[in-house]
Amino acid sequence: MRAWFKTGTPWIWLNAGAIALCLVMVIGVLGLIAVQGGSHFWPADLQQVEATQADGSKKTLLAEHVRTEQVSRVTLQDSGVAVPGDAEFYARHLLKLANRDVYGRDFAWFLEHDLTGWTKPDNAIVIERREWGNFQGFPQQLLQQDKVVAEGEALWPALQAAMSRANALQDQITDIEKGDIGKINKALEALRLGKRTLELQGASAAEISAYTQQAAEDQAMLDAQYAELQQKLETLSTEAKRDSLKVVTAEGKELTISLANIVHAHMPNQMSLPEKSVHYVGAIWNFLSDDPREANTEGGIFPAIFGTITMVILMSIIVTPFGVLAAIYLREYAKQGTLLKIIRISVYNLAGVPSIVYGVFGLGFFVYIMGGNIDALFYPEKLPAPTFGTPGLFWASLTLALLTLPVVIVSTEEGLSRIPSTIRMGSLALGATKSETLWKVVVPLATPAMMTGLILSIARAAGEVAPLMLVGVVKLAPTLPVDGTFPFVHLDQKIMHLGFHVYDVGFQSPNVEASRPLLYATALVLVVLIVVLNMAAIHLRNKLREKYRGESD
Amino acid sequence: MTTQQTLNGYSELNLADEKIKLEVKDLRLYYAESQALKTINMLIPEKRVTAFIGPSGCGKSTLLRCFNRMNDLVDICRIEGQILLDGQNIYDKAVDVAELRRQVGMVFQKPNPFPKTIYENVAYGLRLQGVNDRRVLDEVVETSLKGAALWNEVKDRLHDNAFGLSGGQQQRLVIARAIAIEPEVLLLDEPASALDPISTLKIEELINELKDRYTIVIVTHNMQQAARVSDYTAFMYMGNLVEYAATNKMFTNPSQQQTEDYITGRFG
Repeated sequence: MRAWFKTGTPWIWLNAGAIALCLVMVIGVLGLIAVQGGSHFWPADLQQVEATQADGSKKTLLAEHVRTEQVSRVTLQDSGVAVPGDAEFYARHLLKLANRDVYGRDFAWFLEHDLTGWTKPDNAIVIERREWGNFQGFPQQLLQQDKVVAEGEALWPALQAAMSRANALQDQITDIEKGDIGKINKALEALRLGKRTLELQGASAAEISAYTQQAAEDQAMLDAQYAELQQKLETLSTEAKRDSLKVVTAEGKELTISLANIVHAHMPNQMSLPEKSVHYVGAIWNFLSDDPREANTEGGIFPAIFGTITMVILMSIIVTPFGVLAAIYLREYAKQGTLLKIIRISVYNLAGVPSIVYGVFGLGFFVYIMGGNIDALFYPEKLPAPTFGTPGLFWASLTLALLTLPVVIVSTEEGLSRIPSTIRMGSLALGATKSETLWKVVVPLATPAMMTGLILSIARAAGEVAPLMLVGVVKLAPTLPVDGTFPFVHLDQKIMHLGFHVYDVGFQSPNVEASRPLLYATALVLVVLIVVLNMAAIHLRNKLREKYRGESD
Repeated sequence: MTTQQTLNGYSELNLADEKIKLEVKDLRLYYAESQALKTINMLIPEKRVTAFIGPSGCGKSTLLRCFNRMNDLVDICRIEGQILLDGQNIYDKAVDVAELRRQVGMVFQKPNPFPKTIYENVAYGLRLQGVNDRRVLDEVVETSLKGAALWNEVKDRLHDNAFGLSGGQQQRLVIARAIAIEPEVLLLDEPASALDPISTLKIEELINELKDRYTIVIVTHNMQQAARVSDYTAFMYMGNLVEYAATNKMFTNPSQQQTEDYITGRFG
């Protein structure tokens, strides 16, 4: 035994065991997230079932089976459910009933023995609606202004044609609302601000009245344009509401759903495996590319993905020059001594400060002090409404840049210290000054190390949530921070962020069961996004390394 | 200028027929409190190869680095005395160090090409001086690489990374880089010690060719090399210049016992 210890074999096993444990945990977490999040998009079959109510009456349900669990007799009795027999555990099923407008809730638990007569009706339909969540039931008739245009066999193709028409109209409506009307609102705001600017500059009454006159004319013109658009919108929305679908729930309640309210519909029990796969991919794509609906419990997460990426890019742009310059100064120019040692230790320790502290600092210093002064100096006409004096994209990026600064400084410094002195000597011996040597030879050689720092800071920043809640990330941002109007990147806007979205969907959601799969899916997207950003940076670093092969790290 | 000089009272060296390029006058060098060079006086003739030999730590590399003021980079280093380049004291306050280093080029022990292409390595010195004309650069790169006997090996891959070259080629590239800015003096600090015998031979041949145009000072551990390439040899020991003589005389009939002991391998 002692001999065995001396060979060192136990250490190898210990190390291998530690690695294996890490791998198992990482793969386990990712697997759990992937399975839980991914299954949400699969068009599961709908089951029709008879449920016995508490009062003994029967009720027919059309539901998607979500999961089954075992509950102990005691728990059931404690919650006031009468249970037959004397088994220790009872199985119960979670069913997704949808039809929130009919039942009031879209998920419900049923005990195994209360459910009888499971069947899979062929013509069951799932309708994804803009309001009230999904509908599950049976389609009856397609109506065009209260006239029946299709039913029976012809219903499904006619419905699909009508849906694509209604969705196209809906897209037009969104375009007008977000585009043209947005522009008019901006122009109106600009007129108001123009007047306020004149007043603040102390312009004479004549000037102001001249401006007011001009503004009134412009405003009249804009109002006219607005009225025109409003007219167009009304026409479009009447058009979109032309068709409606008459449906019936499993228990026989009739409903009429306007096609303007339908995003998508499918009949899962008729779909073949390839059809389901296509639907699955489409659903994932919609999740990635759509705006969220219904308090983030439905729809997609595109604004959150976009916000996260924009913020991380902006952060990289801010942190890289600052970190690199600071590191160059510390390593190359500053006099190495006690003071520098203290500064260096302080910088290293900054990396360990809890991120919420940065958030508080960002809010107090960046947002209120810096932002407040920027507003007072550059946007006095908008006051008291703040422009930069309120949390926003720029402050979030700046706070994260501050948070990740130590990482960049430390790795850049290490990179610089690894550059062989012979290279510097070679440059100096050719008559280069110190700064020429630094910028032409040393810094290019240290770029892979700088990239390493940037990679680490991106990984940290993309996953950070706590400080962002204070300095610019919100639950729901109406517009993206980058668009086609000047100045294209709107640094003062609030953004959505995947990390915060996970928190919001997971813990602030009014509909726990509906948002659970979205939570997993969002977490998965966040992890994948961080991996992608890292891979991009690593790829870039490897290219640089290849370029400066041999002499750096 | 003195043509006949007594060096530290040890040796007599007749430099009457030579033009003097560098003159070391009472040079003393200290690292913090310890003295690394003890009152060195010597003359280095133009367009000749002068070799410094001596055991490790004797101060020969330190002395070499004084000629282009590389010792300035060491914070704790302090220098007294003068070195005259064409009669001008290079330690004068008015001297621009970068300008001096353009006149006095240096090649180090380990090949140290920059992480750039072969072409850009050679053009580096010129670009520093603001030369960016493609035609001028092309010409200088070609003549320098030819001068360093490297042109034929690299002419088809001038724009490849310099790290792709072998050690010997890298060292010749570094020499090409040094002569591209046409220095007057070339300092070689054990230029062949990290190379294989064939590359060493090439470097030695190159030194022979270069001495028509440049004043060369070479530090070497290899006494055969000193005997093969140099016209004059200086033997240093413990920070002192023990003997300085024509290479022939030094290796056949040294006037100092210490020199003889070192050359015959009795110590060092």
